[in-house]
Amino acid sequence: MCRILITLASVVLMSLSVLANAQNVSREEIRGLDEQIQDVKKDVISLTSELNRLEEKLLFPSNTQVALFVSLPNSQDFSLESVEVKLGNQVVAHHLYTYREIEALQQGGVQRIHTANVQTGAHPLEVSYFGKSKSGKEYRATASYSVEKAVGPKFVEIQIAGNQSAINFKDW
Amino acid sequence: MFPRLACAIASVTLVSVSALTSLHSLPVRASAPVDPGALHTDDLKDLFFGEALFNAYQDNYVDAISGLDTELKQHRLLDDPELDPFNVHFGQAEFAVGDLELSYRMHREAGRAMQQVLQGNVAQPIKNEAAYRLAKIHYQKQQFANALHALELIQGRVPERVRADEQFLRARVYMQLGRFEDAVTLLEDLKGEKPLQGFVEYNLGIALLKAGETEKGVLVLDGLGRNAGSGSAKQALQDKTNLLLGNQLMKAEEYDRARQYFDRVQLSGPFSDQALLGAGWVEANAGRYDRALVPWQMLKERRSTDAAVHEAMLAVPYAYGKLDVHSTAAVNYGQALDLFGEQVDVLTHSITSIREGKLLEALRRKEASQVKNWVVELRKLPDAPETHYLLDLMASNDYQEFLRNYQDLNNLFERNRDWLQSLDAFEEIIALRRSYYEPILPGLDVAFRQIDARIKMRLEQRQRLAARIDNLLVNRRPELLAKSDETEARLILEQIREILAYNPSLNSEETEDRIARLEGVLKFRLSREFDDRLTEAYKHLQELDSVIATLQDTYQRYVRTRQAATHSYEGYSDQIASLRGGLNRAQDRIDQLMARQGSMLEQLAIHELDQRRAQLESYQIKARFALADSYDRANELQEQREDERKVEQYQEQVEQLKQAEPEQNQPVANPDGEPLPTDNPPELEAPTQDEEVAGDE
Repeated sequence: MCRILITLASVVLMSLSVLANAQNVSREEIRGLDEQIQDVKKDVISLTSELNRLEEKLLFPSNTQVALFVSLPNSQDFSLESVEVKLGNQVVAHHLYTYREIEALQQGGVQRIHTANVQTGAHPLEVSYFGKSKSGKEYRATASYSVEKAVGPKFVEIQIAGNQSAINFKDW
Repeated sequence: MFPRLACAIASVTLVSVSALTSLHSLPVRASAPVDPGALHTDDLKDLFFGEALFNAYQDNYVDAISGLDTELKQHRLLDDPELDPFNVHFGQAEFAVGDLELSYRMHREAGRAMQQVLQGNVAQPIKNEAAYRLAKIHYQKQQFANALHALELIQGRVPERVRADEQFLRARVYMQLGRFEDAVTLLEDLKGEKPLQGFVEYNLGIALLKAGETEKGVLVLDGLGRNAGSGSAKQALQDKTNLLLGNQLMKAEEYDRARQYFDRVQLSGPFSDQALLGAGWVEANAGRYDRALVPWQMLKERRSTDAAVHEAMLAVPYAYGKLDVHSTAAVNYGQALDLFGEQVDVLTHSITSIREGKLLEALRRKEASQVKNWVVELRKLPDAPETHYLLDLMASNDYQEFLRNYQDLNNLFERNRDWLQSLDAFEEIIALRRSYYEPILPGLDVAFRQIDARIKMRLEQRQRLAARIDNLLVNRRPELLAKSDETEARLILEQIREILAYNPSLNSEETEDRIARLEGVLKFRLSREFDDRLTEAYKHLQELDSVIATLQDTYQRYVRTRQAATHSYEGYSDQIASLRGGLNRAQDRIDQLMARQGSMLEQLAIHELDQRRAQLESYQIKARFALADSYDRANELQEQREDERKVEQYQEQVEQLKQAEPEQNQPVANPDGEPLPTDNPPELEAPTQDEEVAGDE
């Protein structure tokens, strides 16, 4: 059994030395590069935040902005396949969901499906979806809502209650 | 040759087994990269927090972190943050940013965030959680002493949600620092924790072995090797455990026990090649070469790039040689040589391909983020390197880190490039808006100023009317509420009085009475209707107010639209120039960093392939010698058998002669006249043991 211990010790040493012996790259160089990469990530994230704000301000000013969000509350067993959104009787979004998007929605994530510019006043919103339960049963539903746009930005959450073939709307 | 080969196989096995020592990191890495406990919320109060979750759950870290950062910044600027719905998620979001930064391998930022929480004026449970997360960061960076220091900052209980994880982390830190007895105590407590099931037992087994409690350690690992649980990850853990035990027992020369563990490994699992190889060596070491051939023959038919298969290609003829089936051994050595030659060519081509940049090119493709195991799958591309040879290297933490860093940098580069294009588009939009608005705005402004003046005048009039009505409540003056005909009548009467005063000859009593009566009628009517008229006036003022409200609303809308028109093209130039400068600088840095990181990836891959090629070349040499030796032995055996046949024939002839002349006792001369030999010739002697060893060598 003593051999087992010796072997285990050699295993640890070997695993540590695999990379160090493998090439001419030093640990310091790796650490330095890693830190520089972290720095550039930080800078790009900061730039991205600013660019997002600029884009929103430029393309969707608050006085005309309407943003539509999709959520799947309490629908762990429901797999959303597609959603179509009509705003002002025009199809403005038709989204097919990837597996990762479905998972993200099931875990409580909220998807911004469309951002638009509209005038103040009422705008008809029509949402249709198609999806399947775990057993493969298909569900689809369509619902309408009136988006009341005022001076400020307008956010509407489209809550899809998959297995109940229902869609609820919530103003934020 | 073959004892050394056995050692080589054992060491290759050990290298792969060495990955087992880092298996304890599996629970952290195997689960979702983001701690769901920190991000999940059952009661969403802010849509933008939900959007950040949506991005985070899809590993879109840049979007998730920048989204949360923006929300946090805006929230901090609020005068009454408690009124903001985001307030509910504020603390959670702060942790979430740290977690996401950690998942995005921004350890320094994540560490800073946690340090801030630790130094802040927050409740101890929150500090404890921050300390745990900081320890996790240090552990991932292999700074184990720092990890322990962070864990020691925990006072009292940690939140229940992370309690087991904290203990498990602490145990692993102890193991890394050589405090195996402490680790054993903690891991014993963690037994039964469902999310950590299997991983706790594995680490406990290793800790017990290292703490000197060998029998206990083997017992724990044996239990895990029998049933680690269901699911592919647990099955893999079970196989790894059995492989580990098999290898350890083989080293300890307990061949029968070792064989049991190798046999437990699934034939279709990722560790089956190593297990088949090990099972063969167990039998070979025990001298049962015929039984060793069974797993090795099976292994020989597997993927031709696996190191275990290469070993088996040599091990099979070795076993045949030991069984004195040299001709079959020679045929198998020939097959091994063919395969080695082919694979050396594949490796040479792969090295050339990497040097030409094909590996990095494939890593930058879109499929890298869409295809599962793209790093392995890219071998299917034309001229791409054979990545099966890089699997062991790719499994190492460092290589994985390099790979993800490279892909992150590429992703950032592409994002920035898209943003630079967007900035061009933004400038175009701004120019279009400017060209549309600038010519029409002066005319609009003139018209607006006129309307503005009229609006102001009307507002002043309204103010005057309101003041007058208010005044009437205090000073009752009915004439102020007279209608126009009544005012006209009153003025006529006043005029008549003035005329009569100027020319009294026209005046008479009757005239005076009539004027007085008319004045009285007028006064009476005004006085009688004063209240109703005042009420009416109030109503009219209210109506006027609603009209004025509409007017003011229109006025405000105009002002806003006017401002929006100006804001749609004014004041962006500096910001866009500054952002473009920032993006360009970032692109230059990313480009340099990608080149450096890419070069490291290439160096490591080439080094690995070089090593494999050198190993195959050394196998080729060994196989060539062994092939020649097998031919020699096969020929030798054939000659030996031929000689034996001749001797038998000769002896038969002698017997026949003896039977023909049984009475004659005198020796008979052979037909050549020479006496018959009584001993075997030296070439027909059985080979000595020394010769056999030399042959092997």
